[in-house]
Amino acid sequence: MIHLPLGRPTTPPGTRRVALGWPDVALFALLAGAGAAVAAGAHDAVEPLRRLQLEPITLDPRALPYYALLTTLRLFAALAASLLFSVVVATAAAKSRRAELVIVPALDILQSVPVLGFLTFTVTAFMGLFPGSRLGVECAAIFAIFTSQAWNIALSLYQSLRQVPDDLAEVARGFGLSPLRRLLRVELPFAAPGLVWNAMLSMSGGWFFVVASEAISVGRTQVMLPGIGSWLGLAIERRDLSAVALAVAVMAAVILLYDQLVFRPAIAWADRFRVEQTASVAPPRSWLFELLRRARLLPALVAPWRALAGAVLLLDPAPRAVAPCRAFGEGDATERRAARSRRAWQVAVALAAMGAALLAARYLAARLSLGDALLVVRLALYTLVRVAVLIAAASLVWVPVGVWIGLRPRWTARAQPVAQFLAAFPANVLFPVAVVLIVHWHADPDIWLTPLIGLGTQWYILFNVIAGASAVPSDLREAARLFGLRGWAWWRRLILPAIFPYYVTGALTASGGSWNASIVAEAVSWGDTRLTAAGLGSYIAEATAAGDEARVLLGILVMSALVIAINRALFRPLYRLAERRLRLS
Amino acid sequence: MAQQTPPLVTVEALSHRYGGSEGPPILDEVALTVHEREVVALLGRSGSGKSTLLRSIAGLVTPDTGTLRFTPGADGRARSVAMVFQSFALMPWLTVLQNVELGLEAKKVPAAERRRRALAAIDLIGLDGFENAFPRELSGGMRQRVGLARALVVEPSLLLMDEPFSALDVLTAETLRSDLIEWWGDGRLGIAAVLIVTHNIEEAVLMSDRVLVLSSNPGRIVAEFRVDLPQPRDRLDPAFRDLVERIYARMTQRVAPAAEEAHAPPPALGRPLQPVSVTALAGLIEEVEAAPFEGRAPLADLGDTLQLEVDELFPIVETLQQLGFVALAEGEVALTAAGAAFAQEDVDQRKAMFRAALLAHVPLAGAIRAALDSRAGHQAPARLFREELEEGLSPDFADDTLRAVTEWGRYAELFAYDEAGDLFTLDDPG
Repeated sequence: MIHLPLGRPTTPPGTRRVALGWPDVALFALLAGAGAAVAAGAHDAVEPLRRLQLEPITLDPRALPYYALLTTLRLFAALAASLLFSVVVATAAAKSRRAELVIVPALDILQSVPVLGFLTFTVTAFMGLFPGSRLGVECAAIFAIFTSQAWNIALSLYQSLRQVPDDLAEVARGFGLSPLRRLLRVELPFAAPGLVWNAMLSMSGGWFFVVASEAISVGRTQVMLPGIGSWLGLAIERRDLSAVALAVAVMAAVILLYDQLVFRPAIAWADRFRVEQTASVAPPRSWLFELLRRARLLPALVAPWRALAGAVLLLDPAPRAVAPCRAFGEGDATERRAARSRRAWQVAVALAAMGAALLAARYLAARLSLGDALLVVRLALYTLVRVAVLIAAASLVWVPVGVWIGLRPRWTARAQPVAQFLAAFPANVLFPVAVVLIVHWHADPDIWLTPLIGLGTQWYILFNVIAGASAVPSDLREAARLFGLRGWAWWRRLILPAIFPYYVTGALTASGGSWNASIVAEAVSWGDTRLTAAGLGSYIAEATAAGDEARVLLGILVMSALVIAINRALFRPLYRLAERRLRLS
Repeated sequence: MAQQTPPLVTVEALSHRYGGSEGPPILDEVALTVHEREVVALLGRSGSGKSTLLRSIAGLVTPDTGTLRFTPGADGRARSVAMVFQSFALMPWLTVLQNVELGLEAKKVPAAERRRRALAAIDLIGLDGFENAFPRELSGGMRQRVGLARALVVEPSLLLMDEPFSALDVLTAETLRSDLIEWWGDGRLGIAAVLIVTHNIEEAVLMSDRVLVLSSNPGRIVAEFRVDLPQPRDRLDPAFRDLVERIYARMTQRVAPAAEEAHAPPPALGRPLQPVSVTALAGLIEEVEAAPFEGRAPLADLGDTLQLEVDELFPIVETLQQLGFVALAEGEVALTAAGAAFAQEDVDQRKAMFRAALLAHVPLAGAIRAALDSRAGHQAPARLFREELEEGLSPDFADDTLRAVTEWGRYAELFAYDEAGDLFTLDDPG
């Protein structure tokens, strides 16, 4: 609602009622609560590191709400950082071809790098930045979450910025809007719906990493930040199943709470930025958004921000007048010069990349042998098989279920939020259960740890398939019924082609997520029972625990290369196929 | 009257090529002047570069060569332009009022004055009561009114309109058109001149004092018609009809052959083709053959009867002419012997006739077939032909040409096409 610029213009000031109603009271209470929570969390974050040792994490249920608050604040801090990063980086990439040349491939690769592998490097770096203070570790934890979201958000924002409709861009240029004004008035609003949606999904992904990053142990350094992640870590170490259950319940409550308080209103608000010029069939609703709209206090609260934006825009230069006489045709020389400098830049970037690659190769060659490399490749193949089997199994289960749900609008409405919740739920919390079961049945961890990889990521397939099935036009379904299409023919001729583009999106996300998850899923512990499955994930996890940076780097490099290769060789062609042949429009 | 008023903008020798100085030409040595107090219509088909010309004047496109001169007004103030878009181009996230204020905001007009001027423009254009509506709540006609108010509020000297009514239904377009003519006649718009781009001949004659006809591929101004009819104009007025038919005739006249060859694709592949469906071709032949036309139809009447705009009608007629099914002269289309026979035949006979016409008149179709016949395996990548076409045509035109020949070749069963492999083949599945 921050964007009601200029207020309600035609209502003369005198006619607006000044009396405040209960929406204002509610709004005030919410704001005060949020403010107090942030203040409380931020205050403790800067205390010295030593106090953490003096007041270790406890499994006292009374501490749990506070832990939950801290974890949530970390998530939102990471999200805010990701958004800020995305706006800066994506704008740069969209506006400057030089920046684009570096940023876009970098984001594309970073997206495929296993985030958890980063922890080793970042914790050391941040602790060095704030020696002796908890802030360093806090930053490292936030950074871990940040790395799981920022690339994705930035890349999608970049794509939105590139897709600003030509006519809107021309209006902006025609009126001589300055770059800043263009960003605020045209480009960011256009990107807003995608940004909000992406932020929501990223937040879901963030939980997975917050659990893994609060209890950080890298080599000799072992820190437990107060938070749900550490609580879980401790509960697992002590084999306290009820503490795990309690954390899960609190986590569910928190997810539900911020969904209602933050994301639903944000989605309802962002609906106005959709470019389709028709009112949406079922506009997203949110009780809080309605409340905010009715609160008379809101314009007053938004006013300072608007004034700030106004002040920033005042500094903006006024547009240049059209030159009365313009001659064209001298462009060739400048064009050639621009082309030359562009080529020089490309060469510089290529040289820098080669230099970095050489450096990394030398670093690895000095510490590792060819045997290490062969081992990693073999382990990578194991993990590849696991991921492939899981995606196939998840597809077999969830495609029919998703189609069943998607074709029934009433169920869709109910199931969609559940699937999203399940995707948000950090599956690593449930890993200990698997340990208990495997140990009890004397099962082979190489095989039975496998399902854990897909535990959290299968939901992407489900909710994408639901979305696809619910988008099947009813005339096609009616035609299929009239022609008596049923059984396998119905699947092959109608449903599978119709959901294919959605399925590819889901499978791509699930595959990327599974690789990442393998780092925590191939090495799992419950108390002092520790199970590992041979694979690239456990290799990285063990190297991280041992503080063996060369092996971590090698593992990450191989995993990144593999994920990128799979995306290029498999998913991109599938996308193109979906785009060309199977689009329903 | 327009001749006496001082010039507002003068365009000289403006040329622009697709994709920089190497690509196929879009605009070729265009010259035009818009004077004060006149409405000029730029009439052209799609691909004639009329939008590029308009955008060059608006400063949105930088042409390759040429000059563009705005002559200051009598009061010595610099000239300014504003544009109305075919797609309205309203920011969906801004209300009507905010959309109208956008241009003033960019000019850093103080808030109070901004509000006052925006409300005045909204009032003028008949949008009162919609100030707080979002564009998606409005009908197309109302949206274009917002587009108009947004352009007028910055008080431009020259109003540029890019097919402003072509996204509206017939009735709405008519209303908005006559409103605009009325406001212009009353001098209420506060602008010195209007340049309107359109592909609708009647619209051009209804609204403007001068009609400039742009040829296609490359675009250059090939004719100028002065419209001296008094406003409001009546479509049924014989003088009006006469002018419309003259413009029809001019627009279907071939460009001088010398100019055409300069940028045509290699001779083996012939002229660029327009992707017209076979159904439309057959439909037009049947229409011309039947009453009331009985084999001869003035294009203007045909367009009226079929409710087809120039952009839809001309490609069909020209393709038929190219294939030898109709002859075109003086804005009138007449069935040839082949055309008359085609109208009588059944599907298989039609296919055979169409095949013969393709082989006789479309070198590209013959070339594809010859390639398939000569190659072992009877397959040829479409890419080869696309690349050859792109040597002389912009990628869009090359793509259109290839799409056209693909559909026609498939219909005529001259060759088949496999989309997944982007291959022309001789296989005929069934």
